[in-house]
Amino acid sequence: MENMGYLFAAYTVIWVVVFGYVLSLSNRQNKLKRELESLKETLKEQPPG
Amino acid sequence: MNVRNILLGCAVALMAASLYLVFLYVPTEATMGVVQRIFYFHVPLAWVAFLAFFIVFAFSIIYLWKRAEKWDVIASASAEVGTVFTTLFLATGSIWARPVWGVWWTWDPRLTSALILWIIYIAYHLVRTHADGGSRGPRFAAVVGIVGFIDVPIVALAITLWRTQHPGPAIFQGGLAPSMMLTLMVCLVAFTVLYALFMLLRIAMKNDEREIRRLKLTRS
Repeated sequence: MENMGYLFAAYTVIWVVVFGYVLSLSNRQNKLKRELESLKETLKEQPPG
Repeated sequence: MNVRNILLGCAVALMAASLYLVFLYVPTEATMGVVQRIFYFHVPLAWVAFLAFFIVFAFSIIYLWKRAEKWDVIASASAEVGTVFTTLFLATGSIWARPVWGVWWTWDPRLTSALILWIIYIAYHLVRTHADGGSRGPRFAAVVGIVGFIDVPIVALAITLWRTQHPGPAIFQGGLAPSMMLTLMVCLVAFTVLYALFMLLRIAMKNDEREIRRLKLTRS
Protein backbone atom coordinates (compact mmCIF):
# COMPACT_ATOMS: atom_id res chain seq x y z
CA MET A 1 0.00 0.00 0.00
CA GLU A 2 2.91 2.34 -0.80
CA ASN A 3 1.87 5.81 -2.04
CA MET A 4 -1.60 5.52 -0.50
CA GLY A 5 -1.22 9.14 0.69
CA TYR A 6 -0.95 10.41 -2.90
CA LEU A 7 -4.04 8.47 -3.94
CA PHE A 8 -5.94 9.87 -0.96
CA ALA A 9 -4.70 13.40 -1.74
CA ALA A 10 -5.76 13.21 -5.41
CA TYR A 11 -9.31 12.04 -4.64
CA THR A 12 -9.63 14.51 -1.75
CA VAL A 13 -8.65 17.40 -4.06
CA ILE A 14 -11.22 16.26 -6.64
CA TRP A 15 -14.09 16.04 -4.15
CA VAL A 16 -13.20 19.24 -2.29
CA VAL A 17 -13.09 21.21 -5.58
CA VAL A 18 -16.28 19.59 -6.95
CA PHE A 19 -18.22 20.20 -3.71
CA GLY A 20 -16.77 23.71 -3.45
CA TYR A 21 -17.96 24.45 -6.98
CA VAL A 22 -21.43 23.01 -6.26
CA LEU A 23 -21.62 25.16 -3.11
CA SER A 24 -20.52 28.25 -5.03
CA LEU A 25 -23.16 27.56 -7.73
CA SER A 26 -25.84 27.10 -5.08
CA ASN A 27 -24.91 30.34 -3.24
CA ARG A 28 -24.79 32.37 -6.46
CA GLN A 29 -28.11 30.86 -7.60
CA ASN A 30 -29.83 31.77 -4.29
CA LYS A 31 -28.46 35.32 -4.46
CA LEU A 32 -29.71 35.72 -8.05
CA LYS A 33 -33.16 34.37 -7.15
CA ARG A 34 -33.44 36.82 -4.25
CA GLU A 35 -32.34 39.74 -6.44
CA LEU A 36 -34.77 38.73 -9.19
CA GLU A 37 -37.69 38.47 -6.75
CA SER A 38 -36.84 41.81 -5.17
CA LEU A 39 -36.62 43.51 -8.60
CA LYS A 40 -39.97 42.03 -9.66
CA GLU A 41 -41.54 43.30 -6.41
CA THR A 42 -40.10 46.80 -6.92
CA LEU A 43 -41.39 46.93 -10.48
CA LYS A 44 -44.82 45.78 -9.36
CA GLU A 45 -44.99 48.56 -6.76
CA GLN A 46 -43.69 51.23 -9.18
CA PRO A 47 -46.47 53.18 -10.93
CA PRO A 48 -46.42 52.71 -14.73
CA GLY A 49 -44.90 55.43 -16.89
CA MET B 1 -39.29 15.19 -12.86
CA ASN B 2 -37.23 17.72 -14.81
CA VAL B 3 -34.00 17.19 -16.77
CA ARG B 4 -31.91 18.68 -13.94
CA ASN B 5 -33.19 16.14 -11.39
CA ILE B 6 -32.71 13.26 -13.84
CA LEU B 7 -29.11 14.37 -14.49
CA LEU B 8 -28.49 14.80 -10.75
CA GLY B 9 -29.77 11.27 -10.06
CA CYS B 10 -27.65 9.82 -12.90
CA ALA B 11 -24.54 11.75 -11.76
CA VAL B 12 -24.86 10.51 -8.15
CA ALA B 13 -25.48 6.89 -9.23
CA LEU B 14 -22.63 6.93 -11.77
CA MET B 15 -20.20 8.54 -9.30
CA ALA B 16 -21.07 5.88 -6.71
CA ALA B 17 -20.52 3.17 -9.34
CA SER B 18 -17.21 4.81 -10.36
CA LEU B 19 -15.92 4.86 -6.78
CA TYR B 20 -16.92 1.21 -6.32
CA LEU B 21 -15.10 0.21 -9.52
CA VAL B 22 -11.98 2.31 -8.79
CA PHE B 23 -11.50 1.24 -5.16
CA LEU B 24 -13.07 -2.23 -4.92
CA TYR B 25 -13.37 -3.81 -8.38
CA VAL B 26 -10.38 -2.98 -10.57
CA PRO B 27 -7.11 -4.81 -9.77
CA THR B 28 -4.02 -2.89 -8.67
CA GLU B 29 -1.69 -2.12 -11.57
CA ALA B 30 1.59 -4.07 -11.36
CA THR B 31 4.18 -1.34 -12.08
CA MET B 32 2.86 1.79 -10.36
CA GLY B 33 0.80 0.12 -7.65
CA VAL B 34 -2.14 1.71 -5.91
CA VAL B 35 -1.36 5.27 -7.07
CA GLN B 36 -2.27 4.27 -10.66
CA ARG B 37 -5.93 4.44 -9.53
CA ILE B 38 -5.68 8.23 -9.97
CA PHE B 39 -5.75 7.45 -13.72
CA TYR B 40 -9.49 6.53 -13.64
CA PHE B 41 -10.49 10.08 -12.63
CA HIS B 42 -7.55 11.96 -14.18
CA VAL B 43 -8.33 10.87 -17.77
CA PRO B 44 -12.10 11.62 -17.57
CA LEU B 45 -11.32 15.05 -16.07
CA ALA B 46 -9.08 15.78 -19.07
CA TRP B 47 -11.74 14.46 -21.49
CA VAL B 48 -14.44 16.68 -19.98
CA ALA B 49 -12.09 19.70 -20.07
CA PHE B 50 -11.48 19.09 -23.80
CA LEU B 51 -15.22 18.63 -24.41
CA ALA B 52 -15.97 21.84 -22.51
CA PHE B 53 -13.47 23.82 -24.56
CA PHE B 54 -14.81 22.34 -27.79
CA ILE B 55 -18.25 23.66 -26.74
CA VAL B 56 -16.65 27.08 -26.04
CA PHE B 57 -15.02 26.99 -29.49
CA ALA B 58 -18.19 25.94 -31.36
CA PHE B 59 -20.57 28.31 -29.57
CA SER B 60 -18.12 31.23 -29.77
CA ILE B 61 -18.10 30.84 -33.56
CA ILE B 62 -21.92 30.73 -33.61
CA TYR B 63 -22.07 33.78 -31.29
CA LEU B 64 -19.73 35.85 -33.49
CA TRP B 65 -21.72 34.81 -36.55
CA LYS B 66 -25.29 35.27 -35.21
CA ARG B 67 -24.58 37.84 -32.44
CA ALA B 68 -27.34 36.37 -30.25
CA GLU B 69 -26.59 36.40 -26.51
CA LYS B 70 -27.94 32.88 -25.95
CA TRP B 71 -24.92 31.37 -27.77
CA ASP B 72 -22.52 33.39 -25.63
CA VAL B 73 -24.34 32.13 -22.52
CA ILE B 74 -23.57 28.52 -23.51
CA ALA B 75 -19.94 29.29 -24.43
CA SER B 76 -19.21 31.19 -21.22
CA ALA B 77 -20.94 28.59 -19.02
CA SER B 78 -18.82 25.88 -20.65
CA ALA B 79 -15.64 27.93 -20.18
CA GLU B 80 -16.29 28.19 -16.45
CA VAL B 81 -17.02 24.47 -16.02
CA GLY B 82 -14.06 23.60 -18.28
CA THR B 83 -11.72 25.71 -16.16
CA VAL B 84 -12.78 23.80 -13.03
CA PHE B 85 -12.10 20.45 -14.74
CA THR B 86 -8.78 21.65 -16.21
CA THR B 87 -7.66 22.76 -12.73
CA LEU B 88 -8.52 19.29 -11.45
CA PHE B 89 -6.76 17.35 -14.20
CA LEU B 90 -3.63 19.46 -13.73
CA ALA B 91 -3.77 18.97 -9.93
CA THR B 92 -4.37 15.20 -10.09
CA GLY B 93 -1.65 14.83 -12.74
CA SER B 94 0.81 16.66 -10.50
CA ILE B 95 -0.08 14.50 -7.48
CA TRP B 96 0.31 11.37 -9.61
CA ALA B 97 3.67 12.58 -11.02
CA ARG B 98 5.27 12.97 -7.57
CA PRO B 99 5.51 9.26 -6.62
CA VAL B 100 5.96 8.03 -10.23
CA TRP B 101 8.46 10.56 -11.65
CA GLY B 102 9.81 11.91 -8.36
CA VAL B 103 8.71 15.50 -9.12
CA TRP B 104 5.49 17.47 -8.73
CA TRP B 105 5.99 19.21 -12.05
CA THR B 106 8.24 19.00 -15.11
CA TRP B 107 8.26 21.16 -18.26
CA ASP B 108 7.30 18.21 -20.42
CA PRO B 109 5.38 19.05 -23.68
CA ARG B 110 2.14 17.42 -22.42
CA LEU B 111 2.17 19.17 -19.06
CA THR B 112 3.30 22.51 -20.47
CA SER B 113 0.64 22.56 -23.20
CA ALA B 114 -2.01 21.61 -20.59
CA LEU B 115 -0.88 24.47 -18.35
CA ILE B 116 -1.05 26.84 -21.34
CA LEU B 117 -4.63 25.64 -21.93
CA TRP B 118 -5.52 26.51 -18.33
CA ILE B 119 -3.92 29.97 -18.69
CA ILE B 120 -5.83 30.58 -21.96
CA TYR B 121 -9.15 29.95 -20.24
CA ILE B 122 -8.21 32.10 -17.25
CA ALA B 123 -7.52 34.80 -19.88
CA TYR B 124 -10.98 34.08 -21.37
CA HIS B 125 -12.62 34.96 -18.02
CA LEU B 126 -10.39 38.01 -17.47
CA VAL B 127 -11.12 39.42 -20.94
CA ARG B 128 -14.82 38.86 -20.40
CA THR B 129 -14.87 40.55 -17.03
CA HIS B 130 -12.61 43.51 -17.72
CA ALA B 131 -13.45 44.58 -21.31
CA ASP B 132 -15.46 47.81 -21.37
CA GLY B 133 -18.87 48.09 -22.99
CA GLY B 134 -21.86 45.75 -23.26
CA SER B 135 -20.91 43.26 -25.95
CA ARG B 136 -17.16 43.88 -26.12
CA GLY B 137 -16.35 41.44 -23.31
CA PRO B 138 -18.29 38.54 -24.85
CA ARG B 139 -16.90 39.33 -28.34
CA PHE B 140 -13.27 39.48 -27.17
CA ALA B 141 -13.78 36.37 -25.03
CA ALA B 142 -15.26 34.54 -28.04
CA VAL B 143 -12.08 35.30 -30.02
CA VAL B 144 -9.95 33.94 -27.13
CA GLY B 145 -12.22 30.86 -26.99
CA ILE B 146 -11.77 30.19 -30.72
CA VAL B 147 -8.03 30.86 -30.93
CA GLY B 148 -7.38 29.13 -27.60
CA PHE B 149 -8.95 25.91 -28.84
CA ILE B 150 -5.88 25.41 -31.08
CA ASP B 151 -4.11 24.27 -27.90
CA VAL B 152 -6.55 21.37 -27.28
CA PRO B 153 -5.29 19.12 -30.14
CA ILE B 154 -1.72 20.10 -29.15
CA VAL B 155 -2.35 18.82 -25.59
CA ALA B 156 -4.04 15.68 -26.92
CA LEU B 157 -1.31 14.88 -29.48
CA ALA B 158 1.70 16.01 -27.41
CA ILE B 159 2.38 12.43 -26.30
CA THR B 160 2.67 11.20 -29.90
CA LEU B 161 4.29 14.28 -31.49
CA TRP B 162 7.14 14.67 -28.98
CA ARG B 163 9.22 12.49 -26.69
CA THR B 164 7.58 13.02 -23.30
CA GLN B 165 7.69 11.55 -19.82
CA HIS B 166 3.90 11.27 -19.91
CA PRO B 167 2.65 7.73 -20.73
CA GLY B 168 1.68 7.10 -24.38
CA PRO B 169 -1.87 6.55 -25.67
CA ALA B 170 -2.27 3.09 -24.07
CA ILE B 171 -6.08 3.40 -24.02
CA PHE B 172 -6.37 3.26 -27.80
CA GLN B 173 -3.67 0.65 -28.33
CA GLY B 174 -5.20 -2.17 -26.31
CA GLY B 175 -2.91 -1.47 -23.35
CA LEU B 176 -5.69 -1.74 -20.79
CA ALA B 177 -7.13 -4.92 -19.27
CA PRO B 178 -10.93 -5.28 -19.81
CA SER B 179 -11.66 -4.51 -16.12
CA MET B 180 -9.55 -1.34 -16.33
CA MET B 181 -11.26 -0.30 -19.57
CA LEU B 182 -14.71 -0.86 -18.02
CA THR B 183 -13.77 1.25 -14.98
CA LEU B 184 -12.41 4.01 -17.18
CA MET B 185 -15.53 4.05 -19.39
CA VAL B 186 -17.92 4.26 -16.40
CA CYS B 187 -15.84 7.14 -14.98
CA LEU B 188 -15.88 8.87 -18.39
CA VAL B 189 -19.68 8.67 -18.55
CA ALA B 190 -19.98 9.82 -14.89
CA PHE B 191 -17.89 12.95 -15.49
CA THR B 192 -19.65 13.70 -18.78
CA VAL B 193 -23.01 13.60 -16.98
CA LEU B 194 -21.58 15.81 -14.21
CA TYR B 195 -20.44 18.29 -16.88
CA ALA B 196 -23.94 18.31 -18.42
CA LEU B 197 -25.47 18.93 -14.98
CA PHE B 198 -23.08 21.82 -14.21
CA MET B 199 -23.83 23.27 -17.64
CA LEU B 200 -27.59 23.22 -17.01
CA LEU B 201 -27.16 24.92 -13.63
CA ARG B 202 -24.76 27.55 -14.97
CA ILE B 203 -26.91 28.32 -18.04
CA ALA B 204 -29.99 28.76 -15.80
CA MET B 205 -28.00 31.20 -13.64
CA LYS B 206 -26.77 33.15 -16.65
CA ASN B 207 -30.37 33.43 -17.88
CA ASP B 208 -31.35 34.81 -14.45
CA GLU B 209 -28.49 37.34 -14.73
CA ARG B 210 -29.83 38.41 -18.15
CA GLU B 211 -33.32 38.79 -16.72
CA ILE B 212 -31.98 40.92 -13.83
CA ARG B 213 -30.14 43.18 -16.30
CA ARG B 214 -33.34 43.52 -18.36
CA LEU B 215 -35.47 44.38 -15.32
CA LYS B 216 -32.91 46.94 -14.11
CA LEU B 217 -33.10 48.63 -17.52
CA THR B 218 -36.91 48.64 -17.34
CA ARG B 219 -36.76 50.23 -13.88
CA SER B 220 -34.36 53.03 -14.83
